[in-house]
Order: sequence, then structure tokens, then C-alpha cells
Amino acid sequence: MRLTQGSFSYLPDLTDDEISLQVQYALDHSWPISIEYSDDPHPRNTYWELWGLPMFDLVDPAGVLREIQSCRATFPQHYVRVLAFDASLGRQTTAMMFLVQRPGFEPGFRLQRTEGADRQQSYSVQAYSSEQPSGQRYLAR
Amino acid sequence: MSVTVHDDPATQDRWDPGVHSYASMGYYAPDYIAKDTDILAVFRVTPQPGVDPIEAGAAVAGESSTATWTVVWTDRLTANSHYQAKCYKVEPVPGRPGEHMAYIAYDIDLFEEGSIANLTSSIIGNVFGFKPLQALRLEDMRIPIAYVKTFAGPPHGIVMEREYLGKYGRPLLGATIKPKLGLSARNYGRVIYEACRGGLDFTKDDENINSQPFMKWRDRFLFGMEGVNRAVAETGEIKGHYFNVTAGTMEQMYERAEFAKEIGSVVVMIDLTVGYTAMQSMSNWARKNGVLLHLHRAGHSTYTRQKTHGVSFRVISKWSRLIGVDHLHAGTVVGKLEGDPATTRGYYDTLRLDHVPTNVANGIYFDQDWASMAPVMPVASGGIHAGQMHQLLDYLGEDVILQFGGGTIGHPMGISAGAEANRVALEAMIKARNEGRDFLREGPDILRTAAKSCVALQAALNTWGDVSFDYTSTDTPDAVAVATPGN
Repeated sequence: MRLTQGSFSYLPDLTDDEISLQVQYALDHSWPISIEYSDDPHPRNTYWELWGLPMFDLVDPAGVLREIQSCRATFPQHYVRVLAFDASLGRQTTAMMFLVQRPGFEPGFRLQRTEGADRQQSYSVQAYSSEQPSGQRYLAR
Repeated sequence: MSVTVHDDPATQDRWDPGVHSYASMGYYAPDYIAKDTDILAVFRVTPQPGVDPIEAGAAVAGESSTATWTVVWTDRLTANSHYQAKCYKVEPVPGRPGEHMAYIAYDIDLFEEGSIANLTSSIIGNVFGFKPLQALRLEDMRIPIAYVKTFAGPPHGIVMEREYLGKYGRPLLGATIKPKLGLSARNYGRVIYEACRGGLDFTKDDENINSQPFMKWRDRFLFGMEGVNRAVAETGEIKGHYFNVTAGTMEQMYERAEFAKEIGSVVVMIDLTVGYTAMQSMSNWARKNGVLLHLHRAGHSTYTRQKTHGVSFRVISKWSRLIGVDHLHAGTVVGKLEGDPATTRGYYDTLRLDHVPTNVANGIYFDQDWASMAPVMPVASGGIHAGQMHQLLDYLGEDVILQFGGGTIGHPMGISAGAEANRVALEAMIKARNEGRDFLREGPDILRTAAKSCVALQAALNTWGDVSFDYTSTDTPDAVAVATPGN
């Protein structure tokens, strides 16, 4: 299974040079970059862990790339994503979000059905990996 | 017979019984300075032969506010001039003999707060059938902030929708299930599953899918959610299907919407045919229940398309934003349905911007300030395909839902492959744009390169390649374009 969150998951994984170009686009719009990591890819898991604060004053993509690389080095089997934040009036929200690392093996999600009355099913989605405690997922392979 | 108007200000008093010209009764006021709280409208007026355009404009002002065909003494029991709409400017339309633009100001006291039904009963109520006019079209309106603030607007808006779905930095993708009529619930849910699994964010009921003999609404909803949830599990993304809850009564609409919410749908849909009041009730329901509200503009072309008569879609867009919907179909430019680029841009600006400046070249006749009212996500649907991705991104921008119905479901390798082709094309185009490439010019090349690692996209390009719909638009701006500094 390939997690398709973020805006480039249907393309081949971005190279570091390609990531730098995307970061440059964000910086050209004065959107600070932040880096987040997680081993819980559930689509409703909004709050991935912050790799430091958003880089408000950083103007060089090379600096962002160094942070991405050290996040990857620290969490080699986590998902890592890059976000750009647009603070302008009327937006004040995320402007870009894309994955820059995924675990070597992605087991995917179980769809849990609970039979209800009147033919209704109650659905929930669980990442197979989340059966392990956080920090111990995606390690076996 | 024709009405004889005896109109000599020297001999006639405003309150003499009988028929006076509308202009002489105060409905034409060229010196009037519109107040910030006035509602402004501009009508394209085509008077009958021999009818003075100024009198025609004054008649529109009169008949859409206080006037009737003759002087009534009971007007003298009111602060009459306050309630009279005032035609303050009449201009010939460039290149369109016999047509004039009449600008009319309405005091805000003429309208009930928070009621599009009331606003429209005045402004498009009687006047469109007025005999001295051959044709009449409401081209644009300025809604003052004082009136804007009496509406709650979209239940969620673009920012909240993106945060709810966790999708940023690219247009969203959808598809309308085809064939629009005749599929059983089980087969219908299959199409939803395949399209969402392949890479679309949304699928959609068509405007005329409600609860027919071949598929009742509850069955569709149950099988549809099975498809949606399977696709969520296969991708790890939030997905949704716009369940059309349009029905014969409000009670039925509420019942269907409640059921869609109970079984976990993130979005429901209504048709424009339900009417303004029903739309606003559903907007309140959607806000209260945290469900996105999609509006299909079914029926609009009956009154929006012809240049000389009806109501422009930019006005419908304005009313829809006030009423409060999260999605509204607003044209594709390049697809199968009416819409020239400048006019369509005017609709998109109206839906998305907080301050829409006057731009007659796009059909926008007034500055419109939305005072931070949430924007509406425009939807581009109808005859578009992956091979047009560069044009779609260029014309429509990033905050839009691109809906490829035939362009997904008609894919030679299957529905899921069709969805994947659209998603790959979109992501490749966004990536290229962000990299600073001239994506409009290089678009076909960007798509061909992306297709090298995606056979589904290659097959889509082979199948539809350069399919385009090149017909002359009927609804185009008539203003003479004047270069604006900085543009």
C-alpha cells in the first residue's frame, strides 16, 4: 500500500533537488516551512510531531533541506512531511503539504465494519502499524 | 392600446392622479450619490421601439421598488423618496444597438435581513415581465457590507474544507457517476469505490439522481459509503461522495441529509432547483451538522445564458455565497458547457476573493467587499479531461474542484485507472508550476513526461488527446477593455 496523502504522492518520490525547488516556491511566497514526522498515518491524525518550530526566518532552501535530512536520520522509518504555512488574511492555513519520506514497508489500513440495524455498517479505519506502540512501528522489516 | 403619459413638470404636480413617467416620479435621479449601505444593481435594458432608455431604466427602478402604473395617494403616507429605488445612470452598451445598462440604487430598508427570497422578490420579482421592455437582464449587484453581514455565508468555506479533508496546495478532484440514470445501488457504489480508490477526492451524484425506481436514495447512500470507506482504507486519505439530498419537500431533504451524516458522509449535495429558501435552510443544517454542502446549478442556464434576458450567473454566484454553500459549479472554460474565459473568471473571483474589484472586462460592474465572509469552492465540471490539465490550472487556479466524469469513467483501462490518470496529471502540473516552469506552454510536454511512469495517463492522453469544445460563447462581456495600470 502506498499512502497517498500530500500533493505529490502519485508521482515518483521527489529527489532532494526537487524538494528544494518546492521549498523555494514556498519561500518565494513568504510561506514559512515546517517539518513534521509521524508513525501514525491515519488520515484523521492531524497533529504529526513537529520537527522544531516553523522556520519563519529561513530564506534558503538549503537550510530547510538540512533539517529534512536530520529529521530523516533521526526517524528513518517514519513518515516525514513538509508543510508551508500561509499567514495572510483570509488564508491563515497550510498552503502546501507533501511527503518527503515514507517507511520502507507500508502495510496499509484495516477497514473495520460493525454490523448495525437496518443494513447500516459502522466503519472505522485503522493503520495496521498502529497495533504497535508509537516508536516501535515499521521496524520489523 | 398604449398608456398616454402626460409629462410636463411645469403644469403637472407629482401627486396629480393619473399616469406619469417613472422618471418624473423620482425613479430617475442622475444626481443621486449612492450610499455605502445601498444595494446596487445594473440591468441590461432593451426597451421596446420608441421607449426612451432613461424612462425604461426609471421604470425598472420603479417596478422593482415602490411604483405601480399610476399615481397612488397612499404613497403620501410614507417617506416615499426613501423607499423609491433610483436609477442613477443609463449608458448605451458598446456594440449592442438598442441595449442600455441602467444602474439602480436601492435603500437597504427595502429588504429583510438574511433573506435572498425577499431580495429577489423585489429585484427580479415583477419587473422582468414589464411590457415596455423587450428584454431585461440583471447583470450584476453590489451587496453592501451592512447587508452581507445579515447572512452567515458558506457553512465551512475553502479553508475549513481543506483543513477538514487534510488536502492542501492543489485543486481537488472529483467525478460525477455515469451513467447518471439507471445504475442499481450496488453498481453505483462500485463506481464510487473505483474512482475514489484510483485517486479522486470526491465522487458526485448527478443533479437528477434523487430516488427513482431503479435506485432509491437509502440504498444508494449505503452502498456509496461502503465504496467511500473502502477507498479511504486503500489510500489513507479522506474521501467523500456528494449524496444528492434534493427531494420534493424539506422534510424529505432533512431526512436524507440526516441519514448521510449518520453513516459518516463528509458532504451532501443539493440542486439549485430546490429554491433559495430551501438552500438557505440546508446551509443552516450543514453548519449545524458539520457536513460540507455542495450546490449543483441545475437549471441556471434557462435564465443565465442569454445575454439580453435573465439573470447573470455572477449574480447567482453572489446570492449563493450569501445563502451559504461550500461548493458551486462555476464553469470550466475549456469543457462542454457555456463559459468564456473572462466571464468565468468573474464568477470565480466573486466566489473566492474577499474584495472583488470592479472589472467590466470580466463582467464585474461594482466593487464587492465580502467582509471576510468565507469563500465558496468553485467546481469545474463538464467535458474536461487530463490532457487539459495545464489549461485548467491556468484558467481556474488552485482553489477549485476539477470534476472529470466521462474523463474518469470512460477510461479504456477502467475507472480506477481513469482516476489515477487525472491525479497524476494534476500532481505533475502542480509540481511543474511550483518549480517555476511555464506550465501553460509546456503543459503537453509535462503530461507526456509524467505519462512515462504512468500507463493510465498515457492511455488517457491517447484516448482524448486534443478533444476540445470550441464554440462561440453566448454570454460574453460587452465592455470595451481599457488597460488598467499594473495589469
